[in-house]
Amino acid sequence: NRAPGPAWLGYSSPGSSLSLSLSNRTSLIDSTCSDLFLLSTRNDDLKEMLESNKDSLKLDAMKRIIALIATGKNASELFPAVVKNVASKNIELKKLVYVYLVRYAEEQQDLALLSISTFQRALKDPNQLIRASALRVLSSIRVPIIVPIMMLAIKEAASDMSPYVRKTSAHAIQKLYSLDPDQKEHLIEVIDKLLKDKSTLVAGSVVMAFEEVCPDRIDLIHKNYRKLCNLLVDVEEWGQVVIITMLTRYARTQFTSPWKEDGLFDENSETAFYESDEKKTKNGDEKKSYMMDPDHRLLLRNTKPLLQSRNTAVVVSVAQLYWHLAPKHEVGVITKSLVRLLRSHREVQYVVLQNIATMSIQRKGMFEPYMKSFYVRSTDATHIKSLKLEILTSLANEANISTILREFQTYVKSQDKQFAAGTIQAIGRCATNISEVTDTCLQGLVLLLSNRDETVVAESVVVIKKLLQTQPTQHSDIIKHMAKLFDNIAVPMARASILWLMGEYCERVPQIAPDVLRKMAKSFTSEEDIVKLQTVNLAAKLYLTNSKQTKLLTQYILNLGKYDQNYDIRDRTRFIRQLIVPNEKSGALGKYARRILLAPKPAPVLESTYKDRDRYQLGTLSHTINTKASGYLELSDWPAVAPDQSVRNVEVIEPVMIHLYFYYPCPLITQMKLCVLESSSEAESDEEKSSSQSSEESDKSSSQSEKSSSESDSEQKKTTKKPPQKKTVKPTAKDRYYNELFNTYGYTVLSQSKCLSRSLFSLCILTPCPLSCAAALLQVSGPAFVPEKRHDLLHRMTGKGLSAQYQFPRQPCLYQPTMVSVQISLTNTTDHPLEQIHIGDRGPTGLDMHCFNTVECLLPEASVTVSLGVDFNDSTQAANFQLCTKEDQFSVSIQPAVGELFLPATMTEQDFRKEQGKLLGMNESSATITMAAENTTRQPISRQVATVANLGVVPSGQDNIHRFAGKTASSGAVVLVTVELRESSAALITINTEKSVMGPMLLRDLKRALTRA
Amino acid sequence: MINSLFLINPSGEMFLEKHWKSVVSRSVCDYFLEAKEKALEPEDVPPVIHTPHHYLISIYRDKLFFLSVIQTEVPPLFVIEFLHRVAEMIQDYFGECSETVVKDHMVMVYELLEEMLDNGFPLATESNVLKEMIRPPTILRSVVNTLTGTSNVGDTLLTGQLSTIPWRRAGVRYTNNEAYFDVVEEIDAILDQSGTTVFAEIQGVVEACVKLSGMPDLTLSFMNPRLLDDVSFHPCVRYKLWESERVLSFIPPDGNFTLMTYHVNAQNLVAIPVYVKQSISFFECGSDGRLDVTVGPKQTMGKTVEGVMVTVHLPKTILSINLTATQGSYTYDNGTKLLVWDIGKLNPQKLPNLRGSLSLQAGAPKPEENPSLNIDLKIQQLAISGLKVNRLDMFGEKYKPFKGVKYITKAGKFQVLTITASINKYT
Repeated sequence: NRAPGPAWLGYSSPGSSLSLSLSNRTSLIDSTCSDLFLLSTRNDDLKEMLESNKDSLKLDAMKRIIALIATGKNASELFPAVVKNVASKNIELKKLVYVYLVRYAEEQQDLALLSISTFQRALKDPNQLIRASALRVLSSIRVPIIVPIMMLAIKEAASDMSPYVRKTSAHAIQKLYSLDPDQKEHLIEVIDKLLKDKSTLVAGSVVMAFEEVCPDRIDLIHKNYRKLCNLLVDVEEWGQVVIITMLTRYARTQFTSPWKEDGLFDENSETAFYESDEKKTKNGDEKKSYMMDPDHRLLLRNTKPLLQSRNTAVVVSVAQLYWHLAPKHEVGVITKSLVRLLRSHREVQYVVLQNIATMSIQRKGMFEPYMKSFYVRSTDATHIKSLKLEILTSLANEANISTILREFQTYVKSQDKQFAAGTIQAIGRCATNISEVTDTCLQGLVLLLSNRDETVVAESVVVIKKLLQTQPTQHSDIIKHMAKLFDNIAVPMARASILWLMGEYCERVPQIAPDVLRKMAKSFTSEEDIVKLQTVNLAAKLYLTNSKQTKLLTQYILNLGKYDQNYDIRDRTRFIRQLIVPNEKSGALGKYARRILLAPKPAPVLESTYKDRDRYQLGTLSHTINTKASGYLELSDWPAVAPDQSVRNVEVIEPVMIHLYFYYPCPLITQMKLCVLESSSEAESDEEKSSSQSSEESDKSSSQSEKSSSESDSEQKKTTKKPPQKKTVKPTAKDRYYNELFNTYGYTVLSQSKCLSRSLFSLCILTPCPLSCAAALLQVSGPAFVPEKRHDLLHRMTGKGLSAQYQFPRQPCLYQPTMVSVQISLTNTTDHPLEQIHIGDRGPTGLDMHCFNTVECLLPEASVTVSLGVDFNDSTQAANFQLCTKEDQFSVSIQPAVGELFLPATMTEQDFRKEQGKLLGMNESSATITMAAENTTRQPISRQVATVANLGVVPSGQDNIHRFAGKTASSGAVVLVTVELRESSAALITINTEKSVMGPMLLRDLKRALTRA
Repeated sequence: MINSLFLINPSGEMFLEKHWKSVVSRSVCDYFLEAKEKALEPEDVPPVIHTPHHYLISIYRDKLFFLSVIQTEVPPLFVIEFLHRVAEMIQDYFGECSETVVKDHMVMVYELLEEMLDNGFPLATESNVLKEMIRPPTILRSVVNTLTGTSNVGDTLLTGQLSTIPWRRAGVRYTNNEAYFDVVEEIDAILDQSGTTVFAEIQGVVEACVKLSGMPDLTLSFMNPRLLDDVSFHPCVRYKLWESERVLSFIPPDGNFTLMTYHVNAQNLVAIPVYVKQSISFFECGSDGRLDVTVGPKQTMGKTVEGVMVTVHLPKTILSINLTATQGSYTYDNGTKLLVWDIGKLNPQKLPNLRGSLSLQAGAPKPEENPSLNIDLKIQQLAISGLKVNRLDMFGEKYKPFKGVKYITKAGKFQVLTITASINKYT
């Protein structure tokens, strides 16, 4: 194959290369060549192609070159020819040249410099993608001389308009750092800047850069901590992993341990893992109650949904976060997700099982319900099998041991004998850990001694030996049994174990031991070393206990040992002889021979190899390989006293507001309004009445919300009840207020609404501008229009004379702010009075509902109006319930139109725009319609919109744009509607709301209303 | 993060390498090859190998090893997950993931790898984004390319990365707007000798094929979402809406994707669609044995069970077998001792049966181990858990899409344990 093929010859001649057909060329690319001669011929030819002026030829040449690189062949000598094409107009060619440059620039530094100016030019390109790719290539060229240029480029790109370019600059930071670590200080500045970035695109990359360049600069994270927590769900998967890992480390330095209180519930509180905590509890007895920092809670809450990610790395990173940060009783949430990953690829299983193995040692309870998921399947790979065994052994307890042992019995029969041996060891571990089953296990193992497979028998012997050692009192018959088996066992380790047992318990088997020794004397020379050593041991022990029978045998064996080929055995023999055979030379030691050889020996401890893996953070490479990998960052212990929390406070108010909409489905928003009302009432006395009303209301709602606070922890409640200093020092009150606003659900704030409202009041005065506009923005106004339309709830025919109709009065519900109020008018069309009209069974849907008081009696022809509050939970699902009279029950349902689920809000045009800016993309739905002729002026449009939906009108500066705002009743999400009139009665309706189901539904209703003639 | 990637075939040849940082010599793979030699099966190679200067993390998939070289601490799953994405990407682009395919498209694979990582950190792993930058080959395009000299690299620069929805490209247009959802459920079960369920659970997946124009916002709801015990989602699904309303609300990626996977609570009784009567027995003396297997329908909810296949790993000491099947055909590989009986459709009136004699190697003892039967089956138009899609709504676009839902139940890891009885020949 050394001779070049015919195609080659034709190809390498320069004249014919142009005339070659395309198919020929492609076939050449495929042909692989390892011959140096061929390579150089080809390279000449490639050079020529690169220097031609046809793009297609150049492209072909580049493709062949890349194929060479991909297969690991050297193509560096083509560098000069390739680099000339860096400024090519052809995008594909350019891309390939970039790929080549990145690969070889390091080797050809001088020539690489030729290309730099091209990139510098591209960095100024108006197209963001060209800027980004230029930076990407520039920073990938590992040429030290261009460090200043790179630095400049990174700094510029970090303040680029495009988040994509900023992301690229975050990547470039790491590249520059690895090229020149001296740039660290400057790079940290850039990292600091990029950490402040609000784009989800940038977040993951910059945290990655942070981890590589300055993981110790925790102070850079403080101000961005909450932002990162909140962005997390929307960051791409890979970024999520990096951010979660970093935040785990961060949290361990900033928050105090949540484990103190429930340390009592720990199953294994004796493990080293918890020791430090216990100490702390003892030290800090006066600090009994633990309060979780709201920021700590924020992190836990915002990472939890990611357990549902399809990316296994994300799931495990959340799991380790919970393991390392969550209170003990909350860690359970990760179990299900981890077990789910066991369905994934084999390699994923491997890593997940390792993590579970470590966890299951400390917390059996977590995985015990899922025990069956760890059953070994015959198709599992070896390493998976042994990990599953490990976990099953850790999970074993008194209750489930019989199931586990039954499972183990089938494993012992497996064809994979290594695995069977592993199972026997596992049985041994179960037997030592759970004393109830020791005997059963031992018997089972003894049965295995008659197994046909040698490895199984040998392993059983070894394990039995260990077990007997832990319980030496009985079991002389087992030892006898093993002695009988001795002739049939060939595995050295097993033979050695039996001999050791004989020697150790020779007094229990006085008849048999000397006989075994006799057999050994015969076969001594042909035994393995380990067996010989044990034979010598046995001989010595027997000599001491039963010298009459064994003296000669012992001497014979010692003589054999003296001339053995192995020096260990010769050494041992010599030592033993001096020790046991009395002669004039043996000194004082001979007297202690008995005590030396027959000393009681401590039983071996059978324990998991995963026992001390917990010194590494779970999910890390270090944990997997059980050694510290380079670049591993230690997880610090919890601080005894939490560092200053206020460092995480952010000055800007905007993110706080975003936050409200996202995380406060509860009545907080109305609450804030009420607070503001109250505060203003303090200034204006004539509103006193309304203020007292509102505070009453707030009390009511706060108690309500406390009831519904399923997620609330006891810690949190304590937080809220605690410090009275809130009121006293205004700045701290402010800090704390924001803290809580940010980090806890509405109820925390509500439960102390009174004291808060005052601090809020002061806050309003302190910072009048941002908050007042925020509050104004949230203000719920009265309805613009109340439709008269009534809907049938119960027809008089079906209702046996009772008829009921309902309508939406569009008033804020008195009972609970999240409810929508509904008015029902009941009419009696019969000729006799109806008694006890009330609401019965509310069905399984579980909508929260405030019933009207029972109407005791409704006279014939009379009607009565009652009102009802229904929490529709922001969905148009009908509220089904039963309307009952004394005699009958009727199933009825209230079907709300989507527009009835809103409460109108007033805001300024500016606020509206600002809110709209936050609700773009997925949160926006729009449609262009043709307006009905009469709907072209402000009034009819407003009326039509108000008829459809309970929204407030926002004053607008432009005649052709009409804006409406509201919030959803239940979660308080903002709903913004814009109707923009275009040419010739066309109009664009835009709806912005995070409620992605409600948005399009509202859009549909509005379209119908506005197009209707 | 990830320094380098090597693709290695089962014989140990490194046929592609890609470096994202400084070049790492291929000799680093020697540690891996050594471990590969030691392992009996390619599956047994440990996924994480620790060498003096590097860490090697590898996956084995589609008869290929994807080996990545790592220098510093990184979550191993991060790398493993990425390697699988690479394999999926190759599969997605070229229809299959194999050595020949990679060798045929060497340059394109290399370019793709270049786009997927930047400095070892994932940059673009969504197939939609990648496809916009580097178009997958089609027969038509390759013809056009040959004639006109154009290429697969996108003429327009990518926009996907810049939209708020990274998994969907802008400006998708179809003449027929269709959205299909396949609810595929797999039964994992272990049945013991008597046919009682030792362990059973259902794993489901909703595969979607969505070809809709523009930016559709879909909402998929189930009749009985409470059935779902544990779920995981494609990143497009809005977690919060699932938490609060139990509906899947999402802006779908374009084309095929896995919308969600789920697990149905094992505490609910799992319907087992077939029963297996079997006995494998060996005579106490002599070297003969008998095998008798019958498969019949059990809880099939009135549907036909198709594609039934029984696989048995017979004991190593078997010399030859002589069986007859009343339905379907069987194959037996004497090298691997693998018996595969392909039954096809189950007919409840006439139950398929496979019986015959087994002969052991002369002098070999009776096998002590019970071979287990692995069952494969398929039921069309049935989700065995009873999960039902309620409706699919589309918002944000005006056209009416064509919608379809298909249910399939399959056997996952479905094992039947057997008894090896010994019979005395003379009684």
